[in-house]
Amino acid sequence: MDGNYSFRKNISAFFIEIGELTGFAGRFFQELFSRPFEFREFLRQSYNMGNRSMLLVGVTGFILGLVFTLQSRPTLMEFGAVSWMPSMISISIVREIGPVVIALILAGRIGSGIGAELGSMKVTEQIDAMEVSGTNPFKFLVVTRILATTLMVPILVILGDFIALLGSALVENLKGNVSFTLYFNQVFNTLEFSDLFPATIKTFFFGFAIGLVGCFKGYNSKKGTAGVGKASNSAVVFTSMLLFIIDFIAVFITDIFYQ
Amino acid sequence: MKKEAKDTVINIHNLYKSFGETKVLNGFNLELLEGENLVLMGKSGSGKSVMIKCLVGLMEPDKGKVEVLGRDISKMKRQELDELRADIGFLFQGSALYDSMTVRENLEFPLRRHTHKFNLENTDELVLEALKNVGLPHTIDMMPAELSGGMQRRIALARALILKPKIILYDEPTTGLDPITAKEIILLMLDIQKKYKTSSLIITHDVDCARVISNRMILLLDGVNYAEGSFEELSESKDPKIMAFFK
Repeated sequence: MDGNYSFRKNISAFFIEIGELTGFAGRFFQELFSRPFEFREFLRQSYNMGNRSMLLVGVTGFILGLVFTLQSRPTLMEFGAVSWMPSMISISIVREIGPVVIALILAGRIGSGIGAELGSMKVTEQIDAMEVSGTNPFKFLVVTRILATTLMVPILVILGDFIALLGSALVENLKGNVSFTLYFNQVFNTLEFSDLFPATIKTFFFGFAIGLVGCFKGYNSKKGTAGVGKASNSAVVFTSMLLFIIDFIAVFITDIFYQ
Repeated sequence: MKKEAKDTVINIHNLYKSFGETKVLNGFNLELLEGENLVLMGKSGSGKSVMIKCLVGLMEPDKGKVEVLGRDISKMKRQELDELRADIGFLFQGSALYDSMTVRENLEFPLRRHTHKFNLENTDELVLEALKNVGLPHTIDMMPAELSGGMQRRIALARALILKPKIILYDEPTTGLDPITAKEIILLMLDIQKKYKTSSLIITHDVDCARVISNRMILLLDGVNYAEGSFEELSESKDPKIMAFFK
């Protein structure tokens, strides 16, 4: 009985949270188009997010391309299809693996950071202080951060994809004597608009989700410093789940259009 | 009486606020006169901070009227409320300095929000003047984390003052500070009041602070005004509930 009650309570809390998150997103769109625009803060956030995540994305992308190529090579060699390596790697990375892995990394890097920062500002009354100073804290803190993640995640994903392809090209160069020029010629001959466009569009949604959930968790954090940790942690968990849902929807829609 | 001769800058009438089943404010009344230092004392959880948040529109009361500088804040639009807030300085209990900004940026922040009241070209002068008022001009490029608790409280006071407000609200200004630093903050508050002729509402349970700074006191108990008078009148009361505040 207790287990059943607890399960129902958790399900109910989950749907309440989804409702609150939807309301939060609604408020974002409402505040987005009203004056004043916090352009300076938006640029500061974009710069911080991009600058501080670049190395992480670069290293992750490079290792991703390297490992993916090393793992796939023996299987392709077995079927005598090793010449297909650049095409296969580029399509896999650009369409799916690059955006999802890098978005997950950024959910951990940026999403948890936003959750912790806003949560800490909330419990130390910095958000109240901002409001008393005549600033709309939602606009200044939330709108700018969500916009910044929405813009920066696609840019970081493109960067990560490119570095992953560089990693892959390096393996092919060392193991298969394929020149970088030949590798990238094959990559660009393979990739089509239908590979690039949907993959890029979905990264805007990934960025939006990372910013939205991080801000939602941080802005609504409660119960002192323990609440800050919880906000940061649940921002990552919730965002990761949301990223897979968005990815599924994106792939499903793409499949309908390009069938 | 002197009370009639001065203007009322804050008028709270019959204020009610509950959180679920818990009634925090239960018909609270308050009147702050121009140039006055009014101290509000109450036990922890008696609703002092809730009242002060209702006063600046950070919380919405369930019932009652809150008038600041003659304007009913419940009827004000967001922009009007923001403009009114330029006339109210607020010193938060934990200082609430923006920890991602330097001291200079912390002080510039309110100035940039109220460009209708200040010329942004004078920002540096205003920041420096506010820091000199609290005796910390050398901290201008430091981060809040590099400052002691007492210094943070002074910077927070400088930030509250930078817009030259008519009213200053102090939420437990000496809490968490050692007695010497607490005394310095109290003296600073008195200096500021004399210099800028501000009206102050001070929430505290520091009896020493109340003794030095108050012109008048209100004791808040169970969400209502339990007693009102000067520090001397209240501290000499024989009522056990009032005596408990001064022990």
